[in-house]
Formats: sequence, structure tokens, C-alpha cells
Amino acid sequence: MMSSHPLIRLLDRGSTLFLILLAAFAIAIPVSNLLMPAGSALHVSTYFVSLFGKYVCYGLLALSIDLIWGYVGILSLGHGAFFALGGYAMGMYLMRQIGDRGVYANPILPDFMVFLNWSELPFFWYGFNSFAYAMLMVLLVPGLLAFVFGWFAFRSRVTGVYLSIITQAMTYALLLAFFRNDFGFGGNNGLTDFKDILGFNVQADGTRNALLVISCLMLAICFLLCRGIVTSKFGKVLIGIRDAESRTRFLGYRVEAYKLFVFTVSACMAGIAGALYVPQVGIINPGEFAPANSIEAVIWVAVGGRGTLTGAVLGAFVVNYAKTFFTSGFLAPYWLFMLGGLFIGTTLLMPKGIIGTYNSWRASQADKKQAAKDNADNSAPARAAEEVA
Amino acid sequence: MRQFYDRILALVFAIALSVAAAGLAHAGPYEDALEKFTTDDFADTADAVTAVATSGNPLAAQLIQALQNGQLQYSTKDKKVFIKTADGKLIDAETGKPFDGTAPDDLDTVRVNNRLRGVIDAANGALTLSAPDPNKRYESAQQVFRSRDAAVLPAIDKALETEKVARVKKVLNEARAAILLAADDTAAPDRIAAIEVIGARGDQDSLALLRALPADMPAEVSAAANSAIKAVERKLTLWSMVQNAWYGLSLGSVLLLAAIGLAITFGVMGVINMAHGEMVMIGAYTTYVVQDLIRANYPGLFDYSLAFALPLAFLVAAIIGIAIERTVIRFLYGRPLETLLATWGISLVLMQAVRGMFGPTNKEVGNPSWMSGAFDLGGILITYNRMWIIIFTGIVFVALLGMLRFTRLGLEMRAVTQNRQMAAAVGIRTARIDALTFGLGSGIAGIAGVALSQIDNVSPNLGQGYIIDSFMVVVFGGVGNLWGTLVGALTLGLANKFLEPFAGAVLAKIAILVFIILFIQKRPRGMFALKGRSIEA
Repeated sequence: MMSSHPLIRLLDRGSTLFLILLAAFAIAIPVSNLLMPAGSALHVSTYFVSLFGKYVCYGLLALSIDLIWGYVGILSLGHGAFFALGGYAMGMYLMRQIGDRGVYANPILPDFMVFLNWSELPFFWYGFNSFAYAMLMVLLVPGLLAFVFGWFAFRSRVTGVYLSIITQAMTYALLLAFFRNDFGFGGNNGLTDFKDILGFNVQADGTRNALLVISCLMLAICFLLCRGIVTSKFGKVLIGIRDAESRTRFLGYRVEAYKLFVFTVSACMAGIAGALYVPQVGIINPGEFAPANSIEAVIWVAVGGRGTLTGAVLGAFVVNYAKTFFTSGFLAPYWLFMLGGLFIGTTLLMPKGIIGTYNSWRASQADKKQAAKDNADNSAPARAAEEVA
Repeated sequence: MRQFYDRILALVFAIALSVAAAGLAHAGPYEDALEKFTTDDFADTADAVTAVATSGNPLAAQLIQALQNGQLQYSTKDKKVFIKTADGKLIDAETGKPFDGTAPDDLDTVRVNNRLRGVIDAANGALTLSAPDPNKRYESAQQVFRSRDAAVLPAIDKALETEKVARVKKVLNEARAAILLAADDTAAPDRIAAIEVIGARGDQDSLALLRALPADMPAEVSAAANSAIKAVERKLTLWSMVQNAWYGLSLGSVLLLAAIGLAITFGVMGVINMAHGEMVMIGAYTTYVVQDLIRANYPGLFDYSLAFALPLAFLVAAIIGIAIERTVIRFLYGRPLETLLATWGISLVLMQAVRGMFGPTNKEVGNPSWMSGAFDLGGILITYNRMWIIIFTGIVFVALLGMLRFTRLGLEMRAVTQNRQMAAAVGIRTARIDALTFGLGSGIAGIAGVALSQIDNVSPNLGQGYIIDSFMVVVFGGVGNLWGTLVGALTLGLANKFLEPFAGAVLAKIAILVFIILFIQKRPRGMFALKGRSIEA
């Protein structure tokens, strides 16, 4: 029954369905937005395109959290930091693309630096006028931070809630640092007023649709990467670490190396999510480092179902859609009650999340069917046996 | 008889005459000085002010006051000076009597410029040196010390002769030394003596004075000045360290209050309560409600409001804590990460509930009279509210330590902390201990809120500001041992305040966070980790 062909292991029913749905959205939304006339029932607004693009980025962030929380048991309460760092790298590229179209019309310095009376570009802004370099940084900065952080943390066996608290402290420290004006990243206003990305106007409908499609594509690629990791032999070791870390270590696996690798991959994915997020919302500021954001991202995963990958993305969509829906109407004062209730309710009543609960239900249905079938099959031999006796 | 009367009359007449003659002949320094006001020259006016101030004439204060207020008038023709009263009448500055003749037609106001204002201030200082109130004398001596106007020196000398109050005398001596030090014609031994006096004063002002000494002094004077500067600098560094230590202690005690409840629940139950900060916030709001009720109904009891608020805050927070434990947390034992998420959800709900009930803005919580104000201790200023919070933290810590050490509940809590299964096996009802521990931790957070309401803004976000710092204290200090929490809190508080002067508040905080992130690599279970087989489980 279990096929050993890697491709079939990679794409089980849920994953295939997920990829098909994602592709459908990635095609249908731009078609509807660009080709359908504005009055048509099939037309979606540009606002919706950007909103959906934002959800896709959140989905990617949730995916990166699910990879480490769902499969290795590392609960990071600071993944927002990697997301924001990726976002800042993209934001720095976009700032440099403004050129002399800023308020102060300085061809080199972004507006906030002119405002602070800086005479030249700080060294860490060098190279960000190149898109390729910026994209490299999107991966490298979060990856490097995660590597250094993880190298220290996993080597000295910091686990469980200690690790969670420390990751929270990390994003909090970064929050404080990025709020400072003299840190060189725009202080509490962050980076905004973007104009172009690769020569295309970020406000234009075409660019927004393209960004949405790219986001979906990246989500699909990262999803396949995660599937590849968790379905391989490597992934089995990860699950072993999650369920019994000491035992896995005693079996001879270098637990810290496994953890470090996955943590770094996960941080890079979060960085990509942040980089795609920034041009679509048009701003990145230190608020993205807030510990509350990181914890909220964790609840997306919990709602959708940890350890399922598809669930993480689904959770990000469901919770964020609910947030958009409730915070815009008369229910706005009650949104935090709902979010709080979601945290409590999910952990208490539905610890496996939507997908996990569905999978268990299907499994139990299958078991029942199998049991019924076994009963039917067994009844004849059983009677024969009785007769013999 | 008649003859006798004549003689008396003659005598009286003679005395009157001689007094009048004396008055004319010995026109004193005051009268001489008055003439200089009439030349309309700033330098002359300055001389005149100093002369008047040091003359000892009872009219001097009134005259200088008038000059300061632009009410001093002069006539060049008559060489006379008048004080113009608020209702336009003239007073003869020489006699202090109302002037009843016709006013001279060239009457003009004595002009004052910035330099003169300095001179006037110094003169005022000299004048009040002889005020009857010792506090005034003290203040004016300080003023002279800062202005170091050489012209006041005679007045200082005179005041020194009669001064009885020690602290005023000390400042007078310092003022005298400051004048001597700044003067050009002081002899070297006098200057060295002055340096000694000023060095003994040892504050920022004296440091500035000593540093302002010109370079071309005789060698022994320079040497004395240099050693005095070094001594003052040492003293100042010492005091600034004491100040930092005090601030650090204050911050540390606040952190300890906020973190100690967290440490207990984490130690006993292995549960991180993300809603702990909200318990602090609820304690602060309890204080606000109590104060509001007292203000409205029994304003006389306001000074005792905290005495009512403390037990109430403990009860309210403890009851909410136990309710949380019974309804949510007990279903999540063995799943610490999920507990973390669930309690985060609880904290969101609690914050939003308080926001709904009391509004999102800061609430005014007042200091009782015995907690407001400050006093000087050596070179630092100590505010009463900070001092009481430190004392209060100490009391809470000792009480908690005693509770854990000497009560039945404490014993059982320690047993559960060390080995849950064994504790259950010997008949301790661990579920009950869990609920009580959670209540106790929350209750302590509640009374921490009462203390924090005295120094921080009471808003729904109050707890959020402390939660990460409290975690850091617990992580740094280790769990299951209150001493670890104490050392952790004080270390972090002190480190923060000692880094602040170099790095600024935000960078200091970042440095501390980075330090803890590195520290936990070295000691993953904190400074005071419990040892034993069950701990790793």
C-alpha cells in the first residue's frame, strides 16, 4: 500500500489538492482582476488582489513555523523577526529604487537619512540598489541570524519553553533596536513610499497581480521543499526528535545539527515571506518585530493543524480572513476576545487543528470500514473453526 | 528752676546740632555710593550697587529692590536719588522719608543692563547674608558661592564673625574660598587654603571652580588644585555609582515583584503563564478602584488606601488565577507549549476586558502623602515611593520565603517542584497544590500591581511592559528557588542602570537581552538550577 516512489510520497492527496487550489487562485484572481470588466460579477478589486497576496505571505510564514513546530517541536515565538528582516531587506532595495523622486530629491540617500542630516549612505546599505544582492540578503540575513542563534541554543540543549522565551527576547531586542533612529533603518516610521520594483510601479494593477502570482509560486515551491524534508528519511529523524529527543540522541543522531538545519531553512522561508509581503502592503516598520505578531503567527498554525503543512497555510488564511472581516465592522472591539478565545479554544478543544481533526476523523472512518470488512471476512473462517471444534 | 530749664533746652539743642553736624560731615559709604547712581554710567552704577550692598545701611535692600524693578530714579542736577513707589510718590533714597518738595525736572530711571543684573544678584546675596532666617542666609551664601563676586568679600567676612549655625558657616567659608580662589591678588597660601575648602565641598560646582583656575599659578598652588580636582572627581564618581546602584536596586525590586509569582508557578507547574503581566495590571486597576471609592466616600482615609488595596488586589488576582487554572490550564498539563499559547489568549481577553470596562487611557492613581516627595542622602536624591517599594519588595520576598519554608502548603509546594510523581505517591494532592500555587503566583502579581501603580501609568498595557523582563529574570535566575529570582532580578536591574550612562536606555536593554540569550547557552537552566533526576523530564 505504501508506495516508495519519492514523488508519490511527496504528493499525497491533501498536498495535491492544496497545490491545485493554489494554482487555481494564482490564475483565477489575476485573470478576473485584469481581464474582466470592472462591473462584472467575476471581477475582483485590486484591493482584494493585494489582500490575497498578503494572506499568501502569511501562509508562507505559517508554513515555516509549522516546519519547526509541527515536525521538530521547536516553538519559536520570534519567527516574526525573520519575516521582518526579510521585509527590511526588500524594503531597502525598494528605498534605493526611489532614487531622486523622494521628498528631498537626494539621488543616493533615502528621505529619512536626509532628514537626520546624514551625509552618506551607511555601509550596510551598500549594494541594495541591486535586486539580486537584495534577494540574496533576504535569504542570508534571516538565515544567518537563525544559524547563529540556533547554533548557540541547540548546542547547549535549550529546549521547550526556555527556547520559546528566548526567541521572544530575540525579536523584542530587534524591535527595540529597529525603533532607534540612529540604527539606520528609518526608526519607528520604517521604510515606505516605495515607487518601483524592477522598474515596474508597485502601485500598478499588473505589478500587484504579478506579485500575487510570484507569492503563490514561492509558497508552492517552499511547500514542496517542506514536503520533501518531512517525507524523507531526514524527516523521520525530525519527528523522532520531536517525540523523544533524548532517545533520538542516544540512537546516535546529531540532534542539534538536524535542528539547526531545519531552523535555518525555516528562517529563510520566513524571510522570503517578509520580502514578498513588503511590496504588497507598501510599508515595513519595526512593529513587525513585535512579539505579539510572532505569537499570532503560531496560532494560525495551531488553528489549521500543526504538523500538516497544508493546515498551517489554511490556518493563516482562515484567521487572517476573520481578522480582516471582524476588525473592519462594528464587531471590532470584540476581535481581541475572539482571537484570545481562538488561542484558548484551539489548544483546549481542537489541539490537532482543522486539518488534523479532519484527518483523525477520516482515519477513524477508515478504521470502522476496515473493521466492518474484517468482520465480514472473518465470519466465514470463524464459523468453520467452530465447526472443527 | 527757670535756669535749669534753659540749660536743659540748651543741652538738647546742642546735642541736636552736633548730631546734625555729624550727619553732614561723615556722609557714610552709603551716601557716597548714592551719588554714583546719578552719572548714568553702567560702571558707576555697578560700583554703587556693590557699595550700597556692603554699606550695612538698612535702606540698602529697599534701594536695590527698587533698582531691580526699575523704580530707582535720579536727578543729575540735584545729585539726588529717589525711589518711586507704585503709586507714583517719591521717597528720598538718602533718608527713606517721603520727598515732599517739588520733583526735579530732569528725573530719569536708573538704567540696568545684563552685567548689572549679575551685580545686583550678587548684591542681593550679600544683603541677605544677614537675614534673620538661617535658611535664607544659607541660600544667599550659596548664591555668593556661585557668583563669587569679590565685592561681597567684606560682607562675608562680617557674616562669618557673627554666624552661629554650622551649616551656614560652612557655606559662608566655601563662598569666601570661592571668592579668594577667583580673585587675582590672593596670596599663594590663602589660595591653597581656599582650594582645600572647595575641594572638601566636593560637588560639580567646586569641580568647575577648581578647573577654571588659570594655568600660570605657582607650582604648589597648581599641585594643590590638581590633587583637589582628583579628590572631587573620585568623590563624584563614587556618588554617581551609589546613585546607579540605587536606581538599579529600585528597578531590580520592581522586576523581582513582577517575576517572583511567575517563578513560583513555573517552578511548581513547569508552566509559563503569559497572562502573568495581566495579573499585575489587574492589581493596579484594583488600586485605582479602591482609591476612587475612598476619594468619593472617605477622603480622610486616602493615606490608607494602599492598605485596603493590597489584600483586595491579592484576592482579586488570586481568584482570577485559580479560575484560570481550574478552567484552562489543568487540562493542558504535560503540554507546556500549548499552555503558553492558551495563557497568551487569556492575556488578550483580560486586556480587552479591562479596556472595555475602564477605557484604553491611563488611569490616575495617586501617591499617599507618605509616599510622595523625596529627600537628599549625601549626593543623591531618594524618592519616597521608590524607597517604599524596595522595602515592600523585601517584605514580600521574606514572607514568601517563610511561607515556603515553614508552612504545610510551602512544604507540599516544594515537594511537587522537586518530584511530582513522588509527591503524589506520598499522598500530596498535586492538583490542589497546582491550583493554590497558581492562585498564590497570581496574587503576588496582584500586589506587585499595587506597587507598580505608584510609579507607572495604569493602563491596560501595563502588564505587557513587564512580562518580557519578568521572563528574563526567571530564565536568568533559574526556577524552583526564590534566591535565584532575587539574584536574577537585582543583577538585571543593576546591570541595566550601570549600562545606561554609557549606552543609553534602549541599547542597555538590548545588551541585557543579548547577554541573557548568551548566558542561557552556558547555563540552560539558569543560575540556580535545581539538580536531580526528575528535572530533565
